[in-house]
Amino acid sequence: MVIEERKMQSLAARLSQDEVRGRSPWADARKRFVRNKAAMAGLIILILVGLFALLGEYVAAWSNDELDFTVMGQVAQMGMPSLQNGHYFGTDDLGRDLFARTVQGTQISLMVGIVGAAIAVVVGTLYGATAGYVGGRTDQFMMRAVDILMSIPYMFVLILLLVMFGRSMSMLFLGIGLISWLDMSRIVRGQTLSLKNREFIEAARAIGVPAWKIVLRHVVPNLLGVVAVYATLLVPLMILTESFISFLGLGVQEPLTSWGALISEGAGTMNYGTLWQLAFPLFFFVITLFGFFFVGDGLRDALDPKDR
Amino acid sequence: MMTRPLLDVHDLRVTFRIRREGAMPWAAPLPLHAVSGVDFTLDPGETLGVVGESGCGKSTLARALIGLVPAAGRAEWIDGRDLIGLSPRQMMTYRSDIQMVFQDPLASLNPRMTVGQIIAEPLKTHRPGLKSAEVKERVKAMMEKVGLLPNQINRYPHEFSGGQCQRIGIARALIVEPKLIICDEPVSALDVSIQAQVINLLIRLQRELGLALIFIAHDLSVVKHISDRVMVLYLGKVMEIGTTDDLFADPQHPYTQALLSAVPVPDPDYDPAATVVPLAGDLPSPMSPPSGCVFRTRCPRAQPVCARQVPALLGDAHQTACHFPGPLSDEEIARARAVRAA
Ligand SMILES: Nc1ncnc2c1ncn2[C@@H]1O[C@H](COP(=O)(O)OP(=O)(O)OP(=O)(O)O)[C@@H](O)[C@H]1O
Ligand code: SF4
Ligand SMILES: [Mg+2]
Repeated sequence: MVIEERKMQSLAARLSQDEVRGRSPWADARKRFVRNKAAMAGLIILILVGLFALLGEYVAAWSNDELDFTVMGQVAQMGMPSLQNGHYFGTDDLGRDLFARTVQGTQISLMVGIVGAAIAVVVGTLYGATAGYVGGRTDQFMMRAVDILMSIPYMFVLILLLVMFGRSMSMLFLGIGLISWLDMSRIVRGQTLSLKNREFIEAARAIGVPAWKIVLRHVVPNLLGVVAVYATLLVPLMILTESFISFLGLGVQEPLTSWGALISEGAGTMNYGTLWQLAFPLFFFVITLFGFFFVGDGLRDALDPKDR
Repeated sequence: MMTRPLLDVHDLRVTFRIRREGAMPWAAPLPLHAVSGVDFTLDPGETLGVVGESGCGKSTLARALIGLVPAAGRAEWIDGRDLIGLSPRQMMTYRSDIQMVFQDPLASLNPRMTVGQIIAEPLKTHRPGLKSAEVKERVKAMMEKVGLLPNQINRYPHEFSGGQCQRIGIARALIVEPKLIICDEPVSALDVSIQAQVINLLIRLQRELGLALIFIAHDLSVVKHISDRVMVLYLGKVMEIGTTDDLFADPQHPYTQALLSAVPVPDPDYDPAATVVPLAGDLPSPMSPPSGCVFRTRCPRAQPVCARQVPALLGDAHQTACHFPGPLSDEEIARARAVRAA
């Protein structure tokens, strides 16, 4: 009888045990992501760039609109990067501290990228998931609207908007927000259509879960993988768009600046021997884009493992 | 006094509109009669087995009863209400009475939800007043009832085996204390060794809770084991319906006999070639079913009248839809074999 008793005890212990923590699909993906070296490198780069944008101001010896009269007029000789006079990245053509300006440009560019992607995620996901889930005529109508919006040459419209209503941050965000969600809504709709006929959606309908709750609790969480990947790839795209507009001279207004504006200025003065004016902003621009692409790739591999 | 049946289905029809591939956009879509006039009744606590070849409309029948596809006809619930054509809001009251267990155990569970959330969903939908501690209590009790460890409540579906996933599906169906559970091939995706466990669990729970079951299956031996009565479907129509003992011992419809003859018998001397009544030809398309008796294109007993007249479902307890019911003669079996061989 000894054995029986022991068995019963272990069973009782097992039953009264604390609740076991589950291994969510997200946790699995996180593990795969951490093992991916390129993705982790990208993530570290992005964190460093983020810290640079957040904390750079406290390190800078100058503000971004202060003119340094000692270097003015002889930037090529005096304005190069140096630790003594506090211009770690040198100065720009007017004698303003390039370090402070790069910090400030990084803030704007990252913000544009992240806000654009965030709008795309929220609007695009809900729009696409609703169209796909409801289906039928509603779907037709909603997606035709997207088609029409997509057929508009948005760069042209954006430039027109900026020229007509004046250059401002809110105009820029509005313009970028208007276009960024279109692709996202298409991708999400496609995914939703394939999810819609899965049995667990049918099960939820049979239970009587209302449609909006099915979209939010059953459809959207199963889309988040695709959405996350696309959003990380969208951030650099938004940054590129903003840079292009700034490069054309229509972006943010002085004394504010962005990577595109800085690169544009740096490229303009390249011939005067002030190469650092191009090199520093370009460096941050390039590593950030690579960072996002690596992270996006890593996310895709982590969320969609082929070997399952 | 006759008690009211739990569910009284009369002339249930489900028609899908199929758009032909490459057809002009204005061309009218063709009708596909997936379920075309099904009648049956189901008593409280009873198990009705539903059998038939793939594509004969078993799943569609289940989905129509639960309101997932639009249907025509009548399906009267025990309180006299017709379930067909209820608005989603009116249907809500009955949704907790009728629950469903699906074929693919893993696919019917949302991979991003924990077991606790999955089982709790019907409760949260139908009993919104419950406190979350109470919900959790009930979920744990239900998990124990279906043979899952309650401390696994925070795990995700992919951490469970197929049989355990189906137990989760059963727990989800039972948590709102339904009167009827529709099981659409609940075990056909499982290993044979696991099938028996799940079937026995279903039988046990049914007895304990006084549930009625509609049990859809391919496997006739499973149906025989679990059902009180059996309904045979062919091309969306009822061919024969009767008590399990009657139907298996004395099948009247030629189609039923062909189906039953294909069931393997646990007998070492059993020779399938000697007993199987083969079905000649392929299943006709439900888009253009044969006139008269839908089975006539494959029936060894078909007569000219079978093409002209639709046979009615006749009989009291044991009903058959055939102009010439009765056991097949050796001659007819031989004829069926000859057609098959040709
Ligand atoms: N949503 C739909 N749209 C169009 N046709 C459908 C739809 N669902 C089912 N059908 C058709 O209805 C018929 C019956 O299908 P159903 O799934 O009910 O068969 P079944 O008996 O469950 O088959 P199986 O044993 O393979 O599960 C089939 O011809 C099928 O092609
Ligand atoms: S009605 Fe005619 S064709 Fe149909 S099953 Fe009976 S004998 Fe065969
Ligand atoms: Mg089916």
